[in-house]
Amino acid sequence: MRLGVLCSGGKDSLYACGCAMRKEEVICLIGIRARNPESYMFHTPNVHLVTLQAEAAGLPLVSVETSGEKEKELGDLELALHRAKEEHGIEGVVTGAILSVYQATRIQKICNQLGLWCFNPLWHTDQEKYMESLIREGFLVVISGVFAAPFDETWLGRAIDRELIDDLRRISQKWRISLTGEGGEFETLVLDTPFFSKRIRIDEAESEYANHNGVIRVTRATLEDK
Amino acid sequence: MILLVDLCYRPESLSHPEFVSPIRRIVERSGMIVQVVHYLEPDPVPAGISGIILCGTALKDNGYLEHPDRFDWIGEISIPVLGICAGMQALARLLGGEVVEAPEIGMTDVAVTRKDEIIGAERIFSAYELHTFGVTLPPGCRELARSEACIQAFRHREKKWWGVMFHPEVRNDWVVERFVQVIGADR
Repeated sequence: MRLGVLCSGGKDSLYACGCAMRKEEVICLIGIRARNPESYMFHTPNVHLVTLQAEAAGLPLVSVETSGEKEKELGDLELALHRAKEEHGIEGVVTGAILSVYQATRIQKICNQLGLWCFNPLWHTDQEKYMESLIREGFLVVISGVFAAPFDETWLGRAIDRELIDDLRRISQKWRISLTGEGGEFETLVLDTPFFSKRIRIDEAESEYANHNGVIRVTRATLEDK
Repeated sequence: MILLVDLCYRPESLSHPEFVSPIRRIVERSGMIVQVVHYLEPDPVPAGISGIILCGTALKDNGYLEHPDRFDWIGEISIPVLGICAGMQALARLLGGEVVEAPEIGMTDVAVTRKDEIIGAERIFSAYELHTFGVTLPPGCRELARSEACIQAFRHREKKWWGVMFHPEVRNDWVVERFVQVIGADR
Protein backbone atom coordinates (compact mmCIF):
# COMPACT_ATOMS: atom_id res chain seq x y z
CA MET A 1 0.00 0.00 0.00
CA ARG A 2 1.33 3.46 -0.95
CA LEU A 3 1.50 5.61 2.17
CA GLY A 4 2.28 9.19 3.13
CA VAL A 5 3.66 9.88 6.59
CA LEU A 6 2.42 12.97 8.41
CA CYS A 7 5.72 14.29 9.71
CA SER A 8 6.34 16.93 12.36
CA GLY A 9 10.10 16.39 12.52
CA GLY A 10 9.78 14.84 15.98
CA LYS A 11 10.47 11.30 17.16
CA ASP A 12 6.92 9.91 17.01
CA SER A 13 6.20 10.63 13.36
CA LEU A 14 9.61 9.45 12.19
CA TYR A 15 9.50 6.30 14.29
CA ALA A 16 6.03 5.61 12.84
CA CYS A 17 7.55 6.17 9.39
CA GLY A 18 10.12 3.45 10.09
CA CYS A 19 7.32 1.08 11.21
CA ALA A 20 5.42 1.80 7.99
CA MET A 21 8.51 1.21 5.84
CA ARG A 22 8.85 -2.31 7.30
CA LYS A 23 5.27 -3.24 6.33
CA GLU A 24 4.20 -1.08 3.38
CA GLU A 25 5.57 1.34 0.78
CA VAL A 26 6.21 4.85 2.09
CA ILE A 27 5.90 7.23 -0.86
CA CYS A 28 6.25 10.69 0.71
CA LEU A 29 6.41 12.73 3.87
CA ILE A 30 3.67 15.28 4.53
CA GLY A 31 4.63 18.36 6.55
CA ILE A 32 2.36 21.04 8.00
CA ARG A 33 4.13 24.24 9.00
CA ALA A 34 2.07 26.03 11.67
CA ARG A 35 2.71 29.76 12.07
CA ASN A 36 0.96 29.65 15.46
CA PRO A 37 3.29 28.16 18.14
CA GLU A 38 0.16 27.22 20.14
CA SER A 39 -1.15 25.02 17.30
CA TYR A 40 -3.52 22.33 18.63
CA MET A 41 -2.55 19.84 15.98
CA PHE A 42 0.95 20.49 14.75
CA HIS A 43 4.26 20.44 16.50
CA THR A 44 6.05 23.71 15.66
CA PRO A 45 9.70 24.11 16.83
CA ASN A 46 11.97 23.38 13.88
CA VAL A 47 9.27 21.91 11.68
CA HIS A 48 11.14 23.55 8.79
CA LEU A 49 13.78 20.82 9.17
CA VAL A 50 11.32 18.25 7.80
CA THR A 51 12.66 19.31 4.39
CA LEU A 52 16.13 17.98 5.35
CA GLN A 53 14.61 14.87 6.94
CA ALA A 54 12.73 14.08 3.72
CA GLU A 55 15.95 14.53 1.74
CA ALA A 56 17.85 12.28 4.15
CA ALA A 57 15.13 9.64 3.85
CA GLY A 58 15.12 9.94 0.04
CA LEU A 59 11.43 10.86 0.01
CA PRO A 60 9.55 13.76 -1.58
CA LEU A 61 7.88 16.19 0.83
CA VAL A 62 4.36 17.55 0.48
CA SER A 63 4.42 20.73 2.53
CA VAL A 64 1.54 23.05 3.43
CA GLU A 65 1.62 26.14 5.63
CA THR A 66 -1.20 26.75 8.12
CA SER A 67 -2.09 29.67 10.33
CA GLY A 68 -2.35 27.12 13.13
CA GLU A 69 -5.70 28.45 14.35
CA LYS A 70 -7.98 25.86 15.95
CA GLU A 71 -10.23 24.10 13.41
CA LYS A 72 -8.94 26.26 10.49
CA GLU A 73 -5.77 24.19 10.51
CA LEU A 74 -7.87 21.10 9.83
CA GLY A 75 -8.73 22.50 6.41
CA ASP A 76 -5.02 22.91 5.74
CA LEU A 77 -4.38 19.33 6.84
CA GLU A 78 -7.08 18.14 4.46
CA LEU A 79 -5.47 20.15 1.67
CA ALA A 80 -2.07 18.56 2.40
CA LEU A 81 -3.46 15.01 2.42
CA HIS A 82 -5.46 15.73 -0.73
CA ARG A 83 -2.30 17.01 -2.44
CA ALA A 84 -0.35 13.91 -1.36
CA LYS A 85 -3.12 11.74 -2.81
CA GLU A 86 -3.24 13.66 -6.10
CA GLU A 87 0.52 14.09 -6.57
CA HIS A 88 1.81 10.78 -5.21
CA GLY A 89 -1.18 8.44 -5.35
CA ILE A 90 -1.10 7.64 -1.64
CA GLU A 91 -3.73 5.19 -0.41
CA GLY A 92 -3.20 5.83 3.27
CA VAL A 93 -1.68 8.11 5.91
CA VAL A 94 0.59 7.24 8.83
CA THR A 95 0.72 9.32 12.01
CA GLY A 96 2.77 9.20 15.20
CA ALA A 97 -0.27 9.64 17.48
CA ILE A 98 0.19 7.85 20.81
CA LEU A 99 -2.63 8.92 23.11
CA SER A 100 -4.17 12.08 21.67
CA VAL A 101 -7.80 11.30 20.89
CA TYR A 102 -8.23 14.92 19.75
CA GLN A 103 -5.53 14.56 17.11
CA ALA A 104 -6.39 10.99 16.08
CA THR A 105 -10.11 11.69 15.70
CA ARG A 106 -9.57 14.66 13.42
CA ILE A 107 -7.06 12.87 11.22
CA GLN A 108 -9.30 9.78 11.03
CA LYS A 109 -12.23 11.96 9.91
CA ILE A 110 -10.21 13.69 7.18
CA CYS A 111 -8.77 10.37 5.94
CA ASN A 112 -12.30 8.98 5.86
CA GLN A 113 -13.54 11.92 3.78
CA LEU A 114 -10.65 11.48 1.34
CA GLY A 115 -11.02 7.70 1.13
CA LEU A 116 -7.60 7.11 2.71
CA TRP A 117 -6.52 4.45 5.17
CA CYS A 118 -5.16 5.75 8.45
CA PHE A 119 -2.42 4.03 10.45
CA ASN A 120 -1.23 4.90 13.95
CA PRO A 121 1.45 2.30 14.77
CA LEU A 122 2.31 3.91 18.12
CA TRP A 123 -1.31 4.07 19.32
CA HIS A 124 -1.40 3.29 23.06
CA THR A 125 2.09 1.84 22.84
CA ASP A 126 4.13 0.90 25.91
CA GLN A 127 5.88 4.24 26.35
CA GLU A 128 8.92 2.90 28.17
CA LYS A 129 9.58 0.19 25.58
CA TYR A 130 9.07 2.71 22.78
CA MET A 131 11.65 5.11 24.22
CA GLU A 132 14.11 2.23 24.59
CA SER A 133 13.42 1.22 20.96
CA LEU A 134 14.45 4.66 19.73
CA ILE A 135 17.90 4.15 21.22
CA ARG A 136 18.23 0.49 20.29
CA GLU A 137 17.26 1.10 16.65
CA GLY A 138 19.67 3.99 16.20
CA PHE A 139 17.47 7.08 16.20
CA LEU A 140 19.33 10.28 17.10
CA VAL A 141 16.75 12.52 18.77
CA VAL A 142 17.29 15.73 20.73
CA ILE A 143 14.98 17.70 23.01
CA SER A 144 14.07 20.82 21.02
CA GLY A 145 11.54 22.34 23.38
CA VAL A 146 10.39 22.12 27.01
CA PHE A 147 7.00 23.35 28.12
CA ALA A 148 6.43 22.14 31.71
CA ALA A 149 7.93 21.97 35.18
CA PRO A 150 10.39 20.66 36.26
CA PHE A 151 12.23 20.95 32.92
CA ASP A 152 14.93 23.59 32.95
CA GLU A 153 17.21 24.83 30.18
CA THR A 154 19.74 22.02 30.73
CA TRP A 155 17.24 19.71 29.00
CA LEU A 156 17.32 21.69 25.76
CA GLY A 157 19.50 19.98 23.16
CA ARG A 158 19.93 16.78 25.20
CA ALA A 159 19.93 13.59 23.15
CA ILE A 160 17.53 10.80 24.05
CA ASP A 161 19.79 8.20 25.61
CA ARG A 162 19.51 5.82 28.58
CA GLU A 163 20.53 8.56 31.02
CA LEU A 164 17.79 10.86 29.74
CA ILE A 165 15.17 8.09 29.93
CA ASP A 166 16.29 7.36 33.52
CA ASP A 167 15.94 11.07 34.37
CA LEU A 168 12.48 11.19 32.77
CA ARG A 169 11.43 8.08 34.68
CA ARG A 170 12.57 9.69 37.95
CA ILE A 171 10.52 12.85 37.45
CA SER A 172 7.56 11.37 35.61
CA GLN A 173 5.54 10.20 38.60
CA LYS A 174 6.12 13.18 40.87
CA TRP A 175 5.43 15.73 38.13
CA ARG A 176 2.93 13.67 36.10
CA ILE A 177 5.12 13.88 33.01
CA SER A 178 4.60 11.27 30.30
CA LEU A 179 7.80 9.50 29.25
CA THR A 180 7.16 10.36 25.60
CA GLY A 181 6.15 14.00 26.09
CA GLU A 182 2.71 13.07 24.75
CA GLY A 183 1.10 15.66 27.02
CA GLY A 184 3.10 18.41 25.32
CA GLU A 185 5.66 18.55 28.15
CA PHE A 186 8.55 18.50 25.67
CA GLU A 187 9.15 18.37 21.93
CA THR A 188 11.85 16.57 20.02
CA LEU A 189 13.81 16.88 16.78
CA VAL A 190 15.13 13.86 14.89
CA LEU A 191 18.65 14.21 13.47
CA ASP A 192 19.18 10.62 12.32
CA THR A 193 17.23 7.40 11.80
CA PRO A 194 18.13 3.93 10.49
CA PHE A 195 16.51 4.87 7.15
CA PHE A 196 18.32 8.19 6.63
CA SER A 197 21.19 8.02 4.13
CA LYS A 198 22.73 11.10 5.78
CA ARG A 199 22.37 12.68 9.19
CA ILE A 200 21.39 16.26 10.03
CA ARG A 201 24.13 18.45 11.47
CA ILE A 202 23.06 21.55 13.36
CA ASP A 203 25.38 24.38 12.27
CA GLU A 204 23.68 27.25 14.08
CA ALA A 205 20.95 27.41 16.67
CA GLU A 206 19.59 29.84 19.21
CA SER A 207 17.74 29.02 22.38
CA GLU A 208 15.30 30.90 24.54
CA TYR A 209 14.12 29.81 27.96
CA ALA A 210 12.10 31.19 30.88
CA ASN A 211 9.99 29.57 33.60
CA HIS A 212 10.09 25.97 32.37
CA ASN A 213 9.34 27.07 28.80
CA GLY A 214 12.07 27.00 26.22
CA VAL A 215 12.94 26.10 22.65
CA ILE A 216 15.98 25.62 20.51
CA ARG A 217 15.50 27.15 17.09
CA VAL A 218 17.82 25.71 14.48
CA THR A 219 18.76 28.56 12.14
CA ARG A 220 21.20 26.62 9.94
CA ALA A 221 21.54 22.90 9.40
CA THR A 222 23.05 20.65 6.73
CA LEU A 223 23.17 16.98 5.84
CA GLU A 224 26.44 15.18 6.52
CA ASP A 225 27.68 11.68 5.71
CA LYS A 226 27.06 9.04 8.37
CA MET B 1 -4.76 -18.33 28.23
CA ILE B 2 -6.74 -15.84 26.15
CA LEU B 3 -6.76 -16.06 22.39
CA LEU B 4 -6.65 -12.71 20.60
CA VAL B 5 -7.90 -12.93 17.04
CA ASP B 6 -6.41 -10.34 14.68
CA LEU B 7 -9.02 -9.29 12.09
CA CYS B 8 -6.76 -6.84 10.25
CA TYR B 9 -6.11 -7.04 6.51
CA ARG B 10 -3.17 -9.45 6.79
CA PRO B 11 -1.12 -11.18 9.51
CA GLU B 12 1.39 -8.88 11.27
CA SER B 13 0.06 -5.88 9.33
CA LEU B 14 0.77 -2.22 10.02
CA SER B 15 -2.59 -2.13 11.85
CA HIS B 16 -1.58 -4.88 14.30
CA PRO B 17 0.18 -2.54 16.80
CA GLU B 18 -2.87 -0.25 16.74
CA PHE B 19 -5.71 -2.75 17.16
CA VAL B 20 -4.20 -5.91 18.67
CA SER B 21 -1.22 -4.84 20.81
CA PRO B 22 -3.16 -2.42 23.09
CA ILE B 23 -5.70 -5.19 23.89
CA ARG B 24 -2.84 -7.61 24.50
CA ARG B 25 -1.28 -5.21 27.02
CA ILE B 26 -4.55 -4.85 28.97
CA VAL B 27 -5.05 -8.63 29.11
CA GLU B 28 -1.45 -9.29 30.17
CA ARG B 29 -1.65 -6.54 32.79
CA SER B 30 -4.71 -8.36 34.12
CA GLY B 31 -2.57 -11.45 34.68
CA MET B 32 -3.51 -13.64 31.72
CA ILE B 33 -1.27 -15.24 29.10
CA VAL B 34 -2.07 -14.23 25.53
CA GLN B 35 -1.78 -15.98 22.23
CA VAL B 36 -2.48 -14.10 19.00
CA VAL B 37 -3.73 -15.65 15.78
CA HIS B 38 -4.86 -14.07 12.52
CA TYR B 39 -8.39 -14.91 11.39
CA LEU B 40 -7.17 -16.18 8.02
CA GLU B 41 -4.69 -18.63 9.56
CA PRO B 42 -5.61 -22.23 8.71
CA ASP B 43 -6.10 -23.52 12.26
CA PRO B 44 -6.89 -20.63 14.56
CA VAL B 45 -7.78 -22.61 17.71
CA PRO B 46 -4.81 -23.63 19.87
CA ALA B 47 -5.30 -25.97 22.85
CA GLY B 48 -5.78 -24.63 26.37
CA ILE B 49 -7.60 -21.36 25.69
CA SER B 50 -10.17 -20.14 28.21
CA GLY B 51 -11.45 -17.05 26.39
CA ILE B 52 -11.40 -15.33 23.01
CA ILE B 53 -11.20 -11.66 22.05
CA LEU B 54 -11.91 -10.69 18.45
CA CYS B 55 -10.05 -7.41 17.89
CA GLY B 56 -10.96 -4.36 15.80
CA THR B 57 -9.58 -3.06 12.51
CA ALA B 58 -8.85 0.22 10.75
CA LEU B 59 -11.81 2.22 9.48
CA LYS B 60 -11.29 1.19 5.85
CA ASP B 61 -10.40 -2.39 6.68
CA ASN B 62 -13.54 -4.50 6.18
CA GLY B 63 -11.97 -7.56 4.53
CA TYR B 64 -13.14 -9.80 7.39
CA LEU B 65 -16.73 -9.29 6.19
CA GLU B 66 -15.84 -11.17 3.00
CA HIS B 67 -14.80 -14.27 4.95
CA PRO B 68 -17.67 -15.05 7.37
CA ASP B 69 -16.79 -18.77 7.25
CA ARG B 70 -13.45 -17.99 8.96
CA PHE B 71 -15.37 -17.47 12.23
CA ASP B 72 -17.50 -20.65 12.17
CA TRP B 73 -15.14 -22.37 14.63
CA ILE B 74 -16.28 -19.98 17.38
CA GLY B 75 -19.78 -21.46 17.19
CA GLU B 76 -18.39 -24.88 18.08
CA ILE B 77 -16.83 -23.91 21.42
CA SER B 78 -18.42 -22.73 24.65
CA ILE B 79 -15.85 -20.43 26.28
CA PRO B 80 -16.36 -16.66 26.85
CA VAL B 81 -15.98 -14.47 23.75
CA LEU B 82 -15.64 -10.68 23.47
CA GLY B 83 -15.95 -9.10 20.02
CA ILE B 84 -14.62 -5.55 19.67
CA CYS B 85 -15.88 -3.37 16.78
CA ALA B 86 -15.01 -5.52 13.72
CA GLY B 87 -15.04 -8.45 16.15
CA MET B 88 -18.56 -7.52 17.25
CA GLN B 89 -19.64 -7.47 13.61
CA ALA B 90 -18.13 -10.91 12.99
CA LEU B 91 -19.82 -12.26 16.13
CA ALA B 92 -23.19 -10.69 15.24
CA ARG B 93 -23.13 -12.28 11.78
CA LEU B 94 -22.22 -15.64 13.25
CA LEU B 95 -25.33 -15.37 15.43
CA GLY B 96 -27.63 -14.35 12.58
CA GLY B 97 -27.47 -10.54 12.92
CA GLU B 98 -26.79 -8.16 10.07
CA VAL B 99 -24.02 -5.66 9.47
CA VAL B 100 -25.48 -2.25 8.61
CA GLU B 101 -23.94 1.13 7.79
CA ALA B 102 -23.66 3.26 10.96
CA PRO B 103 -20.47 5.35 10.88
CA GLU B 104 -19.01 6.92 14.03
CA ILE B 105 -15.55 8.42 14.64
CA GLY B 106 -14.29 9.82 17.96
CA MET B 107 -15.60 10.16 21.51
CA THR B 108 -19.33 9.40 21.69
CA ASP B 109 -21.94 9.13 24.45
CA VAL B 110 -22.91 5.52 25.10
CA ALA B 111 -26.06 4.81 27.13
CA VAL B 112 -26.15 1.53 29.04
CA THR B 113 -29.71 0.26 28.57
CA ARG B 114 -29.47 -2.94 30.60
CA LYS B 115 -27.33 -3.79 33.63
CA ASP B 116 -24.66 -6.38 32.91
CA GLU B 117 -21.64 -7.95 34.64
CA ILE B 118 -19.24 -6.44 32.11
CA ILE B 119 -20.91 -3.26 30.90
CA GLY B 120 -22.10 -2.39 34.42
CA ALA B 121 -25.04 -0.33 35.67
CA GLU B 122 -27.38 1.81 33.57
CA ARG B 123 -25.67 5.14 32.91
CA ILE B 124 -24.06 7.17 30.14
CA PHE B 125 -20.33 7.01 29.53
CA SER B 126 -18.01 8.37 26.86
CA ALA B 127 -16.34 5.92 24.47
CA TYR B 128 -14.04 6.03 21.41
CA GLU B 129 -15.65 4.96 18.15
CA LEU B 130 -13.99 4.04 14.87
CA HIS B 131 -16.33 2.17 12.57
CA THR B 132 -18.24 2.41 9.31
CA PHE B 133 -20.67 -0.39 10.14
CA GLY B 134 -22.87 -1.31 13.08
CA VAL B 135 -25.02 -4.40 13.63
CA THR B 136 -28.64 -5.39 14.12
CA LEU B 137 -29.34 -7.29 17.34
CA PRO B 138 -28.72 -10.99 16.59
CA PRO B 139 -31.42 -13.52 17.56
CA GLY B 140 -30.85 -14.85 21.09
CA CYS B 141 -29.03 -11.70 22.27
CA ARG B 142 -29.87 -8.77 24.53
CA GLU B 143 -28.92 -5.17 23.81
CA LEU B 144 -26.84 -3.75 26.66
CA ALA B 145 -25.91 -0.29 25.38
CA ARG B 146 -26.44 2.04 22.43
CA SER B 147 -25.37 5.36 20.97
CA GLU B 148 -27.39 7.61 18.66
CA ALA B 149 -26.02 5.72 15.65
CA CYS B 150 -26.16 2.06 16.65
CA ILE B 151 -26.08 -0.77 19.20
CA GLN B 152 -22.92 -0.35 21.29
CA ALA B 153 -23.01 -3.61 23.26
CA PHE B 154 -24.91 -6.88 23.25
CA ARG B 155 -24.73 -10.17 25.07
CA HIS B 156 -25.92 -13.63 24.15
CA ARG B 157 -28.74 -14.79 26.46
CA GLU B 158 -27.14 -18.17 27.23
CA LYS B 159 -23.49 -18.07 26.22
CA LYS B 160 -20.91 -15.74 27.71
CA TRP B 161 -20.54 -13.90 24.43
CA TRP B 162 -20.34 -10.11 24.35
CA GLY B 163 -19.93 -7.62 21.55
CA VAL B 164 -18.90 -3.98 21.98
CA MET B 165 -18.81 -1.51 19.10
CA PHE B 166 -16.60 1.09 20.85
CA HIS B 167 -12.86 0.60 21.35
CA PRO B 168 -12.34 -0.17 25.06
CA GLU B 169 -8.56 0.20 24.77
CA VAL B 170 -9.15 3.96 24.60
CA ARG B 171 -10.22 5.20 28.06
CA ASN B 172 -12.40 2.17 28.84
CA ASP B 173 -9.88 -0.55 29.71
CA TRP B 174 -12.34 -1.80 32.34
CA VAL B 175 -14.35 -3.65 29.67
CA VAL B 176 -11.42 -5.93 28.85
CA GLU B 177 -10.42 -6.19 32.53
CA ARG B 178 -13.93 -7.34 33.51
CA PHE B 179 -13.97 -9.83 30.64
CA VAL B 180 -10.71 -11.27 31.98
CA GLN B 181 -12.33 -11.47 35.44
CA VAL B 182 -15.28 -13.40 33.98
CA ILE B 183 -12.83 -15.89 32.50
CA GLY B 184 -10.95 -16.09 35.81
CA ALA B 185 -14.19 -16.83 37.67
CA ASP B 186 -15.06 -19.59 35.18
CA ARG B 187 -11.76 -21.46 35.57
